Amino acid sequence: MTKSNFTRRGVMKTGAVAGAGLATPTIFTSAVWAQGFTNEPTGDTVTLGFNVPQSGPYADEGADELRAFQLAVEHLNGEGDGGMMQTFSSKELDGTGILGKRVEFVTGDTQTKSDAARASARSMIEKDGAIMVSGGSSSGVAVAVQALCQEAGVIFMAGLTHANDTTGKDKKANGFRHFFNSYMSGAALAPILAAQYGTDRNAYYLTADYNWGYTTEQAVRESTEAAGWNTVNTVLTPLTQTDFSSYIAPVLQSDADVLVLVHYGGNMVNSLTNAVQFGLRERQANGKNFEIVVPLYSELMARGAGENIGGILGSQNWDWKLENELGAKYSGTNAFVQSFGTKYGFPPSQAAHTCYVQTLLYADAVQRAGSFNPCAVDEALSGFEFDGLGNGPTLYRADDHQCFKDVVVVRGKENPENEFDLVEIVEVTPTEQVTYAPDHPQFAGGSLGACNPGA
Amino acid sequence: MTDQTTDTIPAATTSASPKAGGGLLGLTKKDFGLFLLVIALTMLAPFLLNPFPENSAMAQFNAGYPDLMQRFVIFGIFAIGFNILFGLTGYLSFGHAAFLGVGSYAGIWAMKLLTLNVIPSILASMLVAGLFATLVGFISLRRSGIYFSILTLAFAMMSFALAYSVLTPITGGETGMQLQYFDPRILDAALEPGQTPRANLFGLDMATSTNLYFGNWVFTLNVGYYIAAFCMLIAFYLSIRIFRSPFGMMLRAVKSNQNRLNYTGISPKPYTLAAFVISGMYAGLAGGLLVAMDTQVGAERMFWTASGEVVLMTILGGAGTLIGPVLGAGFIKYFENIVSKINEATLHTWFAFLPDGLEDVVVAMIYPFVGKGWHLTLGLLFMAVVIFLPGGLVQGGQKLVGLFRRKKADDKTASSHTPAE
Repeated sequence: MTKSNFTRRGVMKTGAVAGAGLATPTIFTSAVWAQGFTNEPTGDTVTLGFNVPQSGPYADEGADELRAFQLAVEHLNGEGDGGMMQTFSSKELDGTGILGKRVEFVTGDTQTKSDAARASARSMIEKDGAIMVSGGSSSGVAVAVQALCQEAGVIFMAGLTHANDTTGKDKKANGFRHFFNSYMSGAALAPILAAQYGTDRNAYYLTADYNWGYTTEQAVRESTEAAGWNTVNTVLTPLTQTDFSSYIAPVLQSDADVLVLVHYGGNMVNSLTNAVQFGLRERQANGKNFEIVVPLYSELMARGAGENIGGILGSQNWDWKLENELGAKYSGTNAFVQSFGTKYGFPPSQAAHTCYVQTLLYADAVQRAGSFNPCAVDEALSGFEFDGLGNGPTLYRADDHQCFKDVVVVRGKENPENEFDLVEIVEVTPTEQVTYAPDHPQFAGGSLGACNPGA
Repeated sequence: MTDQTTDTIPAATTSASPKAGGGLLGLTKKDFGLFLLVIALTMLAPFLLNPFPENSAMAQFNAGYPDLMQRFVIFGIFAIGFNILFGLTGYLSFGHAAFLGVGSYAGIWAMKLLTLNVIPSILASMLVAGLFATLVGFISLRRSGIYFSILTLAFAMMSFALAYSVLTPITGGETGMQLQYFDPRILDAALEPGQTPRANLFGLDMATSTNLYFGNWVFTLNVGYYIAAFCMLIAFYLSIRIFRSPFGMMLRAVKSNQNRLNYTGISPKPYTLAAFVISGMYAGLAGGLLVAMDTQVGAERMFWTASGEVVLMTILGGAGTLIGPVLGAGFIKYFENIVSKINEATLHTWFAFLPDGLEDVVVAMIYPFVGKGWHLTLGLLFMAVVIFLPGGLVQGGQKLVGLFRRKKADDKTASSHTPAE
């Protein structure tokens, strides 16, 4: 609409300015990386990046993860009592940092948003020179940050991430997961559910409407159906839902006698509270006691749900009572609980445990490889068998960088004595039962690719 | 949208037309000066933002790394676009992040289906965001004031909810959307299994960086940043032209008194819709650039807090001013990325010189305001700006300048506001 009057002079001036602008970015085309791999530590320190949710729905988990990271760094640097370094089957770590370099760390806030998590991880890599990024409390974040680390050429040691995709279709050569996954939850729970509640059950699923919910529901459904259960209905609930009454009411109308709540965090606290308020625990259906199952348990959620968790079954990656109750196979547990408790005054959560273990595993892999190069670390960790880190004998499978170990099946205590001892261990499902082929349909698609050492 | 209005626009506009075309690039001397300043700032940003030497205690406050610099200019574009709507027409959209998100999804799909080159992807982002803005604008602009804000907010939350769950096959849901080696990409050669797809501009990788070392100082020049900065300069230039155009004048008229416009026989709707769509396309451009710089989209970028953030940026910097939104965007992103990373351990190293007891007290007093408490600090600053500098940071700058040359201040400030009619 503007009346434009092109003059020769005006056009030439404009052209010159525009040309200069266009040329600017192309001046910097040559990549100059004197280093062999991204963020190669050259001084006497090495920086690790701990990217945890410090705000948002999983801030509690994030805070506990951060405590564990700090503890791990202390132990690596030879401070404190050494924790699990005493029980770890590999004896390479000697408390002098990693490869003689003192360990330093930077922290960031993922806000449980993949965008924010990536921004925070990028700043750790680009600004602080982090050689490894760890942490996170949600699979979306883990998948996003893992892909970023693959691109940037640093190692990603996943924290709390349970969806199959992290080591399934979104697996990456630079990413490693110690935590268990949806499939393992299903495989571990199914036989115990069948033993406890019988093989002729009708299950009703309420599933959080996002990726983790889908994979977990699928895993539990397929495993229980194989054990003879029947699936009555599966209903997706919005992640932002806080009142589940309208979803619980139809359960009463159906002929279901088991309700599976595929919810996590605040969702689980709310849906379970609603279910108990509706009297599902006292209910009789098909001549059997009505039961509620929560596939993924966490201590922090149990604390939120209070007495409602009494008698409800679920699975866990690890529990701080493991060694006390099930013996020396789970050695390391007590050493870790001991040093965590001494420092912070309460027992660690499974999120803290997995983050602590991941940090030690990384440090140990670097030490064994003799190099911080991500490809050397990849080689050292792939197919690595270890023990003494609280889960019993464990394998870091080379095919998908997933740890294979026993899965703990727990039940909420009816009368907990204190707020840290809310669950009792029902059984431990041995590794063989939760192991699957790398090309299992629930994990299909994707490829690890080659390790990327960066520029 | 009536025939009547289309006849009256040219008549109305030509009379209000400022003396355009006189200066370089069609800008007045003053605007050209401002534009040159912005060019200089963006081109020298890697140096300006890294004032502290590496390994010094103050290096914590350096912001000159590629990711943050890219964010500065990208969210600058977003805020500039928002300002065209809010600053000129006064329509407060509370759902602008939806366009950013839609643009991002369009961008990543262009990269998945067509090519890893960023240009088609950015164009797709702008186009799709523009179309979506037309739809949302057409419906929302039937109302004004708070109702308009609520409508846009509703659209944005709807988009978020859709992207988060229902549309998971095309948005990736909670996990977000990423490039995969097995994406079809009809214009590119297939990648090896497991190979990381990287966004590029005719083979020039966005992540390519050059480090310059000057003693203890390290400056990172990054290809992606300069491409984003170049886009921001174009966006900024267009925004100046819009602000100074007859069209911009009409938008100001909408803001000052819509009824009067109606009585004059001019329907404001085509103008507001045009502003809304332009602003949506700016958001789309920002979204497309976000994808180009970091090939991933999460639904959270459409959440209402993201929409609120751009409102904050614009108001903090100075709504209705040219440079304000860019400053506001930089300010907020700096807080989000730098202040949020100061943790307790960092504080202890800073105050290590104090006696032990005192150190703990000082750290305990400061800690709630940094790290995860950065929202708190930002909120306090925002309150301070709104109370003491209603014109935003730009007004603060003007006041500072005024302090130094009080005598000449009167005639200077008066000319910065183009008189209406």
